[in-house]
Amino acid sequence: MSDLLAARSQMAMSLAFHIIFAVIGIGMPVLMVLAERRWQRTREPVYLELAKRWAKGTAILFAVGAVSGTVLSFELGLLWPGFMEFAGPIIGMPFSLEGFAFFMEAIFLGIYLYGWDRISEKAHLRAGILVALSGVLSGIFVVIANAWMNAPTGFTMVNGVPTDINPLKALQTPAAFSQTLHMTLAAFTSTGFGAAGVHALMLLRDATNRFHRRGLEIALTLAIPAALLQPLSGHHSAQHVAEHQPVKLAAMEALFETQAGAPLLIGGWPDEATGTVRYGIELPKVLSFMAFNDPTAVVRGLNEVPEADRPNVLLTHLSFQLMVALGSFMALVALVALWRMWRRDDLTHHRWFLRATVAAAPMGFIATEAGWMVTELGRQPWVVHGVLRTADAVTPMPGLVVPFLAFTALYILLAIATAWLLWRQILMAPAEAEWHRVHVPRGRPVVEGVRG
Amino acid sequence: MAEWPLVELTAAAMVVSMAAYVLFGGADFGGGVWDLFARGPRAARQRALIADTIGPIWEANHVWLILVVVILFTGFPIAYARLSTALHIPLTLMLIGIVLRGSAFTFRAYDSRADDVQQRWSRLFAISSLVTPVLLGIAAGTVVAGGAAPPGRLSFHAAYIAPWTAPLPILVGLMTLTIFAFLAAVYLTVEAREADLATDFRRRAIASGIALTLLALATLWVARTAAPRLWEGLLLRPETRLIHVATALSSLGAFGALLGRRYRTARTFAALMAALIIVGWALVQYPYLVPPDLTVHEAAAPPITLALLVGALGVGGVILFPALWYLYRVFGPREG
Ligand code: HDD
Ligand code: HEM
Ligand code: HEM
Repeated sequence: MSDLLAARSQMAMSLAFHIIFAVIGIGMPVLMVLAERRWQRTREPVYLELAKRWAKGTAILFAVGAVSGTVLSFELGLLWPGFMEFAGPIIGMPFSLEGFAFFMEAIFLGIYLYGWDRISEKAHLRAGILVALSGVLSGIFVVIANAWMNAPTGFTMVNGVPTDINPLKALQTPAAFSQTLHMTLAAFTSTGFGAAGVHALMLLRDATNRFHRRGLEIALTLAIPAALLQPLSGHHSAQHVAEHQPVKLAAMEALFETQAGAPLLIGGWPDEATGTVRYGIELPKVLSFMAFNDPTAVVRGLNEVPEADRPNVLLTHLSFQLMVALGSFMALVALVALWRMWRRDDLTHHRWFLRATVAAAPMGFIATEAGWMVTELGRQPWVVHGVLRTADAVTPMPGLVVPFLAFTALYILLAIATAWLLWRQILMAPAEAEWHRVHVPRGRPVVEGVRG
Repeated sequence: MAEWPLVELTAAAMVVSMAAYVLFGGADFGGGVWDLFARGPRAARQRALIADTIGPIWEANHVWLILVVVILFTGFPIAYARLSTALHIPLTLMLIGIVLRGSAFTFRAYDSRADDVQQRWSRLFAISSLVTPVLLGIAAGTVVAGGAAPPGRLSFHAAYIAPWTAPLPILVGLMTLTIFAFLAAVYLTVEAREADLATDFRRRAIASGIALTLLALATLWVARTAAPRLWEGLLLRPETRLIHVATALSSLGAFGALLGRRYRTARTFAALMAALIIVGWALVQYPYLVPPDLTVHEAAAPPITLALLVGALGVGGVILFPALWYLYRVFGPREG
C-alpha cells in the first residue's frame, strides 16, 4: 500500500466512522427534546422514560463522536499538512465557529444529562434545545469547509500561491447551501428512521407496548418530513454539481461521452478501460433535464478531461446509485406512513409497515456514507477542486500504513464495544409492566393525542 | 508592521486556550490518574468522587484542546503543518490515548452493572489518563527543544523518532503528567464533601506537588545543555524572570494553603501556578512559535484571516463564558 493510499484510506475510515456519531449527535437531541416536551405537556410518564432512555444513548454516542472528531482535527494536519497550510487561513473560520458550537453542545449536554434534578424543568428543556441547535450548527460549519473544497472561493492563485485571501468570501462558497441542507436532512432522516426502526422491531414482538408505540411516533415525526424533502434537496445538490463540478457529475452518471440530451443511467456497471457501461437501463434525455431543466442540454462527459484527472468512476457511480435507491425507499416508506396516518390508521397493526421501517433503520446511515463517497471520491484527484491535488497535500512521513491499521483496529474495537453497550444498557433494559396496560384491539383506529 | 498586534493577539488567544485546557481538561486527566492510584479503605469513595466530578464537564473541558488546534491551523498554518509532520508519532499515540480515555470513561459510567467488564473499562480509563498527558508533554517538550524542524533529508529515525525520545521532551512529558495530577488532587480537596476524603486528596496533592518541584528542577538542569535558549529565557531574560518568580510564589502559596487545609485558597494558587507555567513557556519561546527558526510572524496567516479569527473568538467568548459559568455553577461543589 503506497503512503498516499494509506493516508486516503485512513482519512476515509476516520471520517466514515465519525459521521455515524455526528449524525446521531445532530438527530438524537431533537428526538430527546420532542419527547421531553410531550412529557411536560401531557405528564404521561412514558414520554419521560423515552427522553431519558434516548438521552442515555446520546451520551454514549456523543462521547465516541467527540473523541473521533478530535482525531479528525489532528489528522487534517497529520495526514494532509500541505492541504492545511494552504486551506487553514482561507477556511479556518468555519472550523473556529464550529469550535464554539462544540462548546455549547458539550456544555448543555452535560447539563441535560446530569442536571435532571438540579435545574428547573424549563431550564432543562431549554438546555436540550440548545444541544439540538448547536448539534445542527456544528454540522453546518464543518460541511461549509467541505463545500469550499468542492467549490473553492475567496482567493486567487498567483504562481501556485493563494493570494487575495478573503475568508468571508470563502464562507459563501456556492456549494454551501446545497450541501449543508442535504447533510442536515440526512442527519434527521438517518436518526429518525434509525430510532423508528428499533421501536418498530420491538413492536413486531409486542404491539401493545406503549413505550415503543410512542417512540415510533416521535421518531416518525422527525423522519417523515426529512425523508420526503431529501430527494428534492438531493436534486438541488445534483444541479449544483452539474454546474460547478461537471467531472463529478459525469462520474456519478458514468457518462463517458459529452452529449446533448444525455440519458439518465439506472444501475449499470461502468468499465473505465473501455469507456462503456454494462447492464444499465438508460432513460433518454432525462439526465439533461434533471441536471439543467432542459431535455436537450449538453452534459459534459469524462472524455473532456485527461484520464489522470478523472475520479474512480465505478465507485462514484455505485455509491450514487446506492444513495438514490435508499433515499427513494425511505421516501416511499414516509409517504405510506403519512397516508396511513392521514387515514387515522394505527400503523402498529400493519406488520408489513413495521417491517419496512425496520428495514429502513440502517438505510439513512448507509445512504449518508454513500453520499460522502460520491462527494469525496468524485472530487479526486483534487483535495481542493481544480486547485490542489491530493497527492501534493500528503505528509512526507513514511510508513503511513501503520497508523492506518492502528486506527482501523481501534475503531473496530470501539464500534463493537459501543454496539454491545447500547444493546446491553438501552435495548435490553427491562420493559416496565405499566407500558403494557393499554391494549389496542386490532384494526380499531387509535385516536392519538387524546389523553386520559 | 501594522499587523503586529493582530499576530500577538491571535497567539495570546491560543495561549489562553492552552492554559484553559491545562486547568480544566488537564485536571480531568489528573482525575484518571488518581483513579488508578486509589488506595486504602476509601478507594471506592475516591473513585466515585472523581467520576462524579469529571462526568458532567469533561467533554466541555476537552473542547479547549480543539480550540487550540483550530487557532493554530487558522492563524499559524505553517506551524500547524510543520508540527503535525514532525510530531506525527507522539501525536498519533496521544490521540489513541484520548480516544481510549474518553470512551472508556463513558462506557464505564453507562455500563451500570458492576462486573468485570466494568472493571476493565475502569482500568483502561485510568491507564490512558496516565499515558496521554505524558505524550502531550513530550510533544510540547519536543517543540521547546527545537526538535520540530522540517524533515528535510534526515533519516527516518533522525526526523521522526530521535527528536521526541530525547531526555528533555520526556522530562517535560512527566512534568505535564504531574501538573495534571497535582491540579486534580487540589481540586478534589474542594469537591470532597467529607473531611476524610479531602485529607486523602490533600496528601496526594502535597506528594504530587513535591514531585512536580523536583521534576521542574530536573527539567531546568537538562535544558541547560539540551535547550540553551530555554535555559537562557527561563533565567536570564528580565521580562520572563518576573513570571517565574510569580510561578514559584504561587506554588509556595498552594503548598502553604494545603498545609493549612485552606482548600479553596490552594485551588486558586494551584490554578494560577499552572496558568503561569504555560504563559511563562510562551514568553520564553517568543518570538518563536516553532524553535529554532519559525517565528509567530513568519507563521502567521494574512491579517484579514487573523482579524476575522480574533473577532470570531471574541464573539464566541461572549457566548461561551456565561455558558461555562452556568455549567460549573450547576455542577460545582454545593456550598454550605
Ligand atoms: C440520508 C441520507 C441521504 C439520502 C436519502 C440522500 N442523500 Fe444525497 N448525500 C447525502 C445523504 C443522502 C450526504 C451524505 O449527506 C451527502 C454527502 C455530502 C453532502 O453534502 O451530502 C450527499 C451528497 C449528494 C450529492 C453530491 C453533492 C456534492 O458532491 O456536492 C448529490 C448529487 C446527492 N447527494 C443527491 C441525492 C439524491 C438525488 C437523492 C435522492 C433520493 C439523495 N441524494 C438522497
Ligand atoms: C474533517 C472533518 C471533521 C472534523 C475535523 C470534525 C471535528 C470534530 C470534533 C473535534 C468534534 C468533537 C467536539 C466535542 O468534543 O464535543 C466533533 C464532533 C462532532 N462533529 Fe465532527 N468533524 C468533522 C466532520 C463532521 C461532519 C461531516 C459532521 C456532520 C455533518 C460533523 C458533525 C459533528 C457533530 C454534530 C459533533 C458533535 C459530537 C457528536 O455528536 O458526536 N463532523 N467533530
Ligand atoms: C463525515 C463525512 C465525510 C466522509 C464519510 C468523508 C469521506 C472521505 C473519503 C472517502 C475520503 C478519501 C477520498 C479519496 O482520497 O479517494 C476523504 C478525504 C478527505 N476528506 Fe472527506 N469525508 C467527509 C467529510 C469531510 C469534511 C467535512 C471535510 C473537511 C472539512 C473533509 C476533508 C477531507 C480531506 C482533507 C480529505 C483528504 C484529501 C482527499 O482525499 O481529497 N471530509 N473523505
